[in-house]
Amino acid sequence: MKKAVIVRDYTIPANDFTIAGEASSNVRKILTQLGVSPNVVKRASIAMYEAEINAVIHGKGGNAHVEIDENKIYIVISDEGPGIADLELAMQEGYSTAPDSIREMGFGAGMGLSNMKKHADILDIDTEVNRGTTVHITVYFNSDKKI
Amino acid sequence: MAQAYFHSVTLDKDRCKGCTNCIKHCPTEAIRVRGGKAVIIAERCIDCGECLRVCPYHAKKAVTDKFESIHDYKFKIALPAPSLYGQFGPKYTRPQIVNALRKIGFDYVFEVARAAEIVTNATLEYMNNDKVKRPVISSACPAVVRLIQVSFPSLIENLLKIESPMEVAATLSRQEVNKKYGIPAEDIGVFFISPCAAKVTSVKAPYEDKVSKVDRVLSFKDIYIPLLEVMKKDNDKQEPFSLSSAIGVAWAGTGGESEALNKGRRIAVHGIKNVNDILEQAAQDKLDDIDFIEALACPEGCLGGPLAVENPFIAKVNLKNEIENIRKSRAHSVHKIDNVERLVWKSTVEYRPIMKLDDDMMKALEKMQKIDELTEGLPGLDCGACGAPSCRALAEDIVLGSAKETDCIFKLRKKVTDIAYQLYEIEDINLSGNEKYQNFTLPNRKTEE
Repeated sequence: MKKAVIVRDYTIPANDFTIAGEASSNVRKILTQLGVSPNVVKRASIAMYEAEINAVIHGKGGNAHVEIDENKIYIVISDEGPGIADLELAMQEGYSTAPDSIREMGFGAGMGLSNMKKHADILDIDTEVNRGTTVHITVYFNSDKKI
Repeated sequence: MAQAYFHSVTLDKDRCKGCTNCIKHCPTEAIRVRGGKAVIIAERCIDCGECLRVCPYHAKKAVTDKFESIHDYKFKIALPAPSLYGQFGPKYTRPQIVNALRKIGFDYVFEVARAAEIVTNATLEYMNNDKVKRPVISSACPAVVRLIQVSFPSLIENLLKIESPMEVAATLSRQEVNKKYGIPAEDIGVFFISPCAAKVTSVKAPYEDKVSKVDRVLSFKDIYIPLLEVMKKDNDKQEPFSLSSAIGVAWAGTGGESEALNKGRRIAVHGIKNVNDILEQAAQDKLDDIDFIEALACPEGCLGGPLAVENPFIAKVNLKNEIENIRKSRAHSVHKIDNVERLVWKSTVEYRPIMKLDDDMMKALEKMQKIDELTEGLPGLDCGACGAPSCRALAEDIVLGSAKETDCIFKLRKKVTDIAYQLYEIEDINLSGNEKYQNFTLPNRKTEE
């Protein structure tokens, strides 16, 4: 029998923070229904939310693709934004290229990527300047990573 | 386990018309219409009372104790919730209401407002500890605590682990009565006077292994007229001893609990949907710059409780008047308690994974897949005619075995059409040859494929 995999695809709108949290909130509900432990649910939904928000702020929106099997959740957030020129620098806490207008709304504190790293078990980032960024997040259900 | 799913909120079958108002408003999707009547799924209900509010036929009711039950005890203590003062207009002030409680049969009155002030002090001390997870979420509203238990388990650690004002009032009033009059514990009956259905559940079936110090819960609705009659006849304005200050009384409305803390960034949210939205944000760590969340399930807080008599907005102005009176008259000292630790929960509440599809992850995934497929095939109107709040909820019910696909009227119509065709094919009826069926055409079968 084929392994059961739950797949979800969402469109992330550009410049709309109100809709941005919906996909991660929806994923939170799915994981809860599957009986995933609250700690893991929280980590997956926070990591996904941060990636979604980045796509809204920097990437002019994009797409979220989610796959859930019995061991893990795998999230891919892709955008066709400006890309990240210096990934190592961007990973540092507090580093942000978000404009003031975004910061005034309480976003763009430079914690997004480091927060994703903190909550994910595996974080892979493919980025190319002027081409866009794709973030791959994996969270294992049996992982005992604490936050 | 008989007590495990006790609920104050129940259904009056005779009044229920089987409409879809309640199923659409339930925050935990705990109601279905089956066989033309609403059914509450006991393990999902959090007693928020939203269905009581939205039911146009008043078919939802909150079970409370009868007023006559005060005679079960030799010494009767009344614990009026502060929102009681909002039920009466400016003609009747708080001292009159408290005195009237004694005149209708209670031997002693201990205002829950007094206990609320103690809880405020305990909260301040609790929050002095930097290690306490922020934002701290108030646990005063039992429906909110139960919502967190079923829908937001990661926020259990944020709950304020301090006894509620009702419980503190029950404990302190027993001590006070015992000390003053030497009444033995078994002769004392403690009666909470409540605007709230969830508080009834808290007393009859407390969280986990907790035991409530309250004996009975009486509804505002049952006590309103007796109080009014006494106050009309006998205008006793003499101020009883030990009334609470304005701080405790303000707890009745929204913002009362959070403003009493007087420091930090505080949110006061009310109405179960608004509470849900704020908890959603907190669960995603978006509110880490907030210190305290006061969350009340009812619109306008306890003043909007399902057992309240007065319209919540009118009750609000009544309460505001009362608070101004208190501030004008004299500043009562805020009641203090020496040993705050006594008020801290001995154990925490637990996650209740009632939304879980299956204990086995593989099976849960398979069920989820089936739900996805079924949802895809449903019309997506969320009309509620099947008795479930949404198409997806129907799909869940089908997979979990409590509903069938033809509960959906669109699916049923399609099936009936199919059967009609099958009959037609079996019988090979030549309709066109029969005068009677001259204008009869079978619906186009292809449109629904």
